[in-house]
Amino acid sequence: MAVTPKIELSSVTKSFDANHVLKGINLTVAPQESLVIIGTSGCGKSVLMKCLNGLITPDQGSIKIDGQEILGQGRAALEDLRRRFGMTFQFGALFDSLSIWENVTFRLRHQQALDKSDARDIAAQTITQLGLAASVIDQYPAELSGGMQKRVALARAIVDKPEILLFDEPTSGLDPITGGVIDRLIIDARERLGATTVTISHDMASVRRIADKVAMVHNGVIIWAGPAEAMNDSGVPEVHQFVHGLAEGPLTNEKPAASPAKMATS
Amino acid sequence: MHGFVQNIGRTALNFLAAFGRITLFSVTAVRWIFTPPYYWQQLLRQIIDIGYFSLPVVGLTTLFSGMVLALQSYTGFARFSAEDTVATVVVLSVTRELGPVLAGLMVAGRIGASMAAEIGTMRVTDQIDALDTLSTRPIQYLVAPRLLAGTICLPFLVLVGDVIGVFGGYLVGVYRLGFNPSIYLARTLEYLEVSDVTLGLVKAAVFGFLIALMGCYHGYHSGRGAQGVGRATTNAVVSASILILIANYIVTTMFFEG
Repeated sequence: MAVTPKIELSSVTKSFDANHVLKGINLTVAPQESLVIIGTSGCGKSVLMKCLNGLITPDQGSIKIDGQEILGQGRAALEDLRRRFGMTFQFGALFDSLSIWENVTFRLRHQQALDKSDARDIAAQTITQLGLAASVIDQYPAELSGGMQKRVALARAIVDKPEILLFDEPTSGLDPITGGVIDRLIIDARERLGATTVTISHDMASVRRIADKVAMVHNGVIIWAGPAEAMNDSGVPEVHQFVHGLAEGPLTNEKPAASPAKMATS
Repeated sequence: MHGFVQNIGRTALNFLAAFGRITLFSVTAVRWIFTPPYYWQQLLRQIIDIGYFSLPVVGLTTLFSGMVLALQSYTGFARFSAEDTVATVVVLSVTRELGPVLAGLMVAGRIGASMAAEIGTMRVTDQIDALDTLSTRPIQYLVAPRLLAGTICLPFLVLVGDVIGVFGGYLVGVYRLGFNPSIYLARTLEYLEVSDVTLGLVKAAVFGFLIALMGCYHGYHSGRGAQGVGRATTNAVVSASILILIANYIVTTMFFEG
């Protein structure tokens, strides 16, 4: 019997005025699978990710989580859905005016009326699992380095054990060693929680470490999707150029190349 | 001619669209003020920021305005031997007009800008999206407490500003113009009515709401990058200042007993 995909997108489109960002995205992610979305800057990866948890509403198409359609639902249903997601943003998006423990336990405190002492304990426990000292909980985001902020953001995303984790460029702006540590923490968190993860990344070393499956977005569609190990032999020029970081090829900053959709089986 | 009419039409449509967006934004925010959960910590923080930390700037503004008003009134009224009305003119001008308008404009510069910059920065650094992902409604968490705090705090600030402004007039009246202190005080209270103070406080509440609304609205819809936040901040201060002057006339007209 076929397993119901954890996430299933069909013909998802999204435009901002005359800018057609997503032109018909079809994609599935299996339960506990780690999907990494790659693509050039501005190709619509972040828009696609924000469609998954309802931060952006697609113009057309279907998005199903565990086989349940999420588009067209009311605000309350959307809020229930978001409780099943954890998300980190490219630049952390930690709340500047709140301390680290307040950031990490934000949802728990507001949704479950957790008292201060319990919240601090949970925050300390979560960030120590991610390799930070417990004493950090009383500091503010501006007092931490970029790598530490990413860990705190990761702690905030996983603290209430979500089913689906979304990571928007988790290693951007980090040195390779810290990037490797963040990747390890993502893999650990996924294994511990049994979560399905969707990650956006430009960092091919990171993609190779964390991906079960890779999908490349170009010109508003998925031009290739397949197992991470098949990435080097995709047979798609755009994927080849992107994966190997070549300056010459169909992908240019000035004029995105049109390409037929080609899907590998995953 | 065709292009001119087209421009007028486009401007009118843009104005109406902006008016509609701001109205919807404010109605949504006001609704969240009365809907649980209530973010008391946010409200308290805003009350301290608006009410307490604006006291020096409002106090200084009204103090010197009251002093200048006493001098200018004296100069004018001395020309037809009505110098003894200076105290009455100072207290009525400060409570009905100068206190709320000057406090409103100063707070618009201080708080309107700060709200737009803070919320705008949250917008461009994805903190507002992060709130959404954490099952928290950004307008309820960020905007509703600010609107409530602005509406509560401005009347308090204006009340303090009224006292300081009248005291400024008293200082100049007594120590510079040579009025008798007891007579000056008696004249100050003689024609002052509760409705004069109430009018100023009603204006202050309206101004406080408008300042917070403009700060939050422009910050919430801030464009990308430092330039977007800068533009949002400027727009918040300019629009709040203009709305204060317009609302001042409307409220004065509503309470006018001609």
